[in-house]
Amino acid sequence: MTDVLRSTAAELADRLAAGEISSVEVTQAHLDRIGATDDAIHAFLHVDADGALATAREADTRRAAGDEVHPLAGVPVAVKDVITTKGLPTTAGSRILEGWVPPYDATVTKRLKAAGLPILGKTNMDEFAMGSSTEHSGYGPTRNPWDTARIPGGSGGGSAAAVAAFQAPLAVGTDTGGSIRQPAAMTGSVGVKPTYGGVSRYGLIALASSLDQAGPVTRSVLDAALLHEVIAGHDPCDSTSIEGPVPAVVDAARRADVQGLRIGVVRELGGEGFQADVSARFTEALALLEGAGAEVVEVSCPSFEHALAAYYLILPSEASSNLARFDAMRYGIRVRPDGVDDPSAEQVMAATRDAGFGDEVKRRIILGTYALSSGYYDAYYGSAQKVRTLIARDFETAFQQVDVLVSPTSPTTAFPLGDKLDDPLAMYLQDVATIPANLAGVPGLSLPSGLASDGLPTGIQFLAPAMADERLYNVGAALERLLHEQWGGPILDRAPELEVAR
Amino acid sequence: MSTLVDVDEALTRYQPVMGLEVHVELNTVSKMFCGCATTFGAEPNTQVCPVCLGLPGALPVVNGKAVESAIRIGLALNCQIAAWCRFARKNYFYPDMPKNFQTSQYDEPIAYDGWTEVTLSDEGQDGETYRIEIERAHMEEDTGKSLHVGGATGRIHGADHSLVDFNRAGIPLIEIVTKTIEVPGEKAASVARAYVAHLRDLIGGLGVSDVRMDQGSLRCDVNLSLKPLGSHELGTRSETKNVNSFRSVERAVRYEISRHAGILDAGKKVVQETRHFHESDGTTSPGREKSDAEDYRYFPEPDLAPVAPPRDWVEELRGTLPEQPSARRKRLQQEWEFSDLDMRDTVGAGALELVAATIDAGASPQVARKWWLGELARRANEQGVDLDALAISPEQVAGIQALIDAGRINDKLARDVFEGVLAGEGTPEEVVSARGLEVVSDEGALGEAVDRAIEANPDVAQKIRDGKVQAAGALIGAVMKDMRGQADAARVRELILEKLA
Repeated sequence: MTDVLRSTAAELADRLAAGEISSVEVTQAHLDRIGATDDAIHAFLHVDADGALATAREADTRRAAGDEVHPLAGVPVAVKDVITTKGLPTTAGSRILEGWVPPYDATVTKRLKAAGLPILGKTNMDEFAMGSSTEHSGYGPTRNPWDTARIPGGSGGGSAAAVAAFQAPLAVGTDTGGSIRQPAAMTGSVGVKPTYGGVSRYGLIALASSLDQAGPVTRSVLDAALLHEVIAGHDPCDSTSIEGPVPAVVDAARRADVQGLRIGVVRELGGEGFQADVSARFTEALALLEGAGAEVVEVSCPSFEHALAAYYLILPSEASSNLARFDAMRYGIRVRPDGVDDPSAEQVMAATRDAGFGDEVKRRIILGTYALSSGYYDAYYGSAQKVRTLIARDFETAFQQVDVLVSPTSPTTAFPLGDKLDDPLAMYLQDVATIPANLAGVPGLSLPSGLASDGLPTGIQFLAPAMADERLYNVGAALERLLHEQWGGPILDRAPELEVAR
Repeated sequence: MSTLVDVDEALTRYQPVMGLEVHVELNTVSKMFCGCATTFGAEPNTQVCPVCLGLPGALPVVNGKAVESAIRIGLALNCQIAAWCRFARKNYFYPDMPKNFQTSQYDEPIAYDGWTEVTLSDEGQDGETYRIEIERAHMEEDTGKSLHVGGATGRIHGADHSLVDFNRAGIPLIEIVTKTIEVPGEKAASVARAYVAHLRDLIGGLGVSDVRMDQGSLRCDVNLSLKPLGSHELGTRSETKNVNSFRSVERAVRYEISRHAGILDAGKKVVQETRHFHESDGTTSPGREKSDAEDYRYFPEPDLAPVAPPRDWVEELRGTLPEQPSARRKRLQQEWEFSDLDMRDTVGAGALELVAATIDAGASPQVARKWWLGELARRANEQGVDLDALAISPEQVAGIQALIDAGRINDKLARDVFEGVLAGEGTPEEVVSARGLEVVSDEGALGEAVDRAIEANPDVAQKIRDGKVQAAGALIGAVMKDMRGQADAARVRELILEKLA
């Protein structure tokens, strides 16, 4: 593998600025890598070689002309298929949107384009971001670059696998209950869910509107910060977007100083149900941070015990409503019911939704429809919202004691494909540690904490108060540096070489 | 099917209980949740964007002007204005609803607990006033419009296919819901009509809506049930939609009273359902039954921030309210020097705003009243529409009067001009020239016509010469006939008397 592919986005940016390489070279190298490895990984649902190269050429031209360009101009990026891209197919991993080409760009897409990042293509995902393994994609699963018999996590398995397989230096993901962080943990990459409202949701095909948040997926904490600054910021098209400046995440990632930092270990997010190696790597990482001058204490967030249950009422409720628009009337596939000569619009809707949605999507639509039904609303949706308030209060209390919270990202390392497909509850438990952040709207970052005895990466997650995303980058970059010193380099250096197709 | 019972007879046994839901389309420049234009009558699907088409990923943003209009309507209806309220999603599937949920308000309306006073103006109901309690006024978005093609009636039944125009999708609506209205049965229909007409005047006066029933910017659903006289238990209600004129509001109430009474008399149960009103024959027919479709699975709209209008802003808006319609009516009556009867007829005919606008356009109050309550009321009645649905503007009415005042047409010719304008032949000026209606003022032509009349009626001419001036009428009639009515009768008279002096 060439050093262009191995480089972080920050390194590529430096070399582009110095004129040592061109964006066209960088972009072509990644397109070639995708061509050579994606049969095995299936990280991409759509590759846009022409568009990416056109953007790359423009970045090169502007740099050559001495124009002032964004530091990441010309550094390619992969975008999760749940984010709309004008003129490029966007399916959210669902057959129901097969062939749909959006007529508009998401705000995230606009910002990537404005900064001059070539978009390599759209990455695979669980259908409408429902899942933790990417096996629920309507277009076949993505495989983990560490072991192609295993899942890459989900729902953003495509973005994480693309970064971990060196197909892209940067990717954008979305995180509703852990869909950026858990795949990052599964693939040895870095993933950040920003504060809710920090990144515009305009053009992000909604799973659960009150939980969804787009964020960076990268191979280093600094790269995540660089991409975070590109996509974040107030957007008048998203009423839940935060007004005010983007947290200084790049400065924080460069500072990487934990001297005196108070770190709270969440008692409820560990122990039973967590793989022994995951817990061991977690404890070792804490020791490193303590060694660097951080103060590690245990805190309790008792309501987190109910987070998963509340999440699986709120998410399906919102999703059942958000997904109602896929009705064959204006876009996506249209299926005529069998054996009906003159179907009504309602019959076409039903047939289309039956054929176009996968089982997990149907399961959650049914759950959500039930939870919102009159007579059940208070007991289900209403109670879940109360739990949500309690969880937010637990965070508030905890952040009065500590600067950041910490836990393992996911209870396990990557499991074999098919392992949990018949057991939805086991699949849902993958997100037990990541869900509280979404319910409370606080930011979270996952980075690799080491390898388990099965040779697969483990992840550690930091959580910070809303709008204090920079704290995550500070502590994350500090731990990353300590771990790299211990390992002698990034963890992905230890991933097995993928067999390259010719 | 049960038989209909005569309304008067029904009212000897039953007390009607009504609830009126009025939808007002705001006249904001842009839609409720996006920047699309709201122009009425534009080419289908030309005023749409990812947001109002419900494209995947698109998000709503609240139109601040619509919130302001909602608050002003709430204040005009003496409502409390919520310090904090949210939008909610009303979930149901329908092809003309882009997201398959309507962004509306549920248990947290922007305005609630209000009242307004309605004055009956029909003959024999001399200014009776009723207080209508307002339950709530809330904000929501309109749906698209389905066009059913291939069927005989334009209804979905029997159609080959349907087309949807999304221009209307997302237009801001205010839904105003009354508490139950219980008035003496024989007044129910008049009160319902007067209430809707009152809202038209009130909201029109705020300038926040076109309030045109014929264009759908003011729509009324009539909920009605009957209970035995003296009973305190409410009966089962029907919800009649598509009631699109003031006259229809009255007719729908009367029809439903007759229908419910027939069902109850037969010992049967009224089905709770949506019904459609038919302008053609004043009847209603069943729409969908509400039993299973009723669960809208409302929940707070997570894509929108709560609306929390600052108190000082609400008070500032209160300060911008125009005078209440009843006060304004009193003032106008004085200014126009109308008798009580004149004023009541004007209001009762739904002509107040039309007359006011005609006066503003230059006509005298008596003349404005004469045209709207005479010629135009007759034509509206013939067409079975409300006055404001006639294809003539107050400016055009004033324009026609100006032509009369200038002596270019006379009253009789004016009626032809009205006919031409209503038939869409253009402005009054255009109709006058296209139809050749101008009064002949050419003295030569008039003189020749007078000479011909004298020649043809020597007896009459002699009488006038002998001093019987009143005989001139017969000659004037002959001249007018000769000139096909297009002569100035006063001038003709002068000429006759000159010539026979």
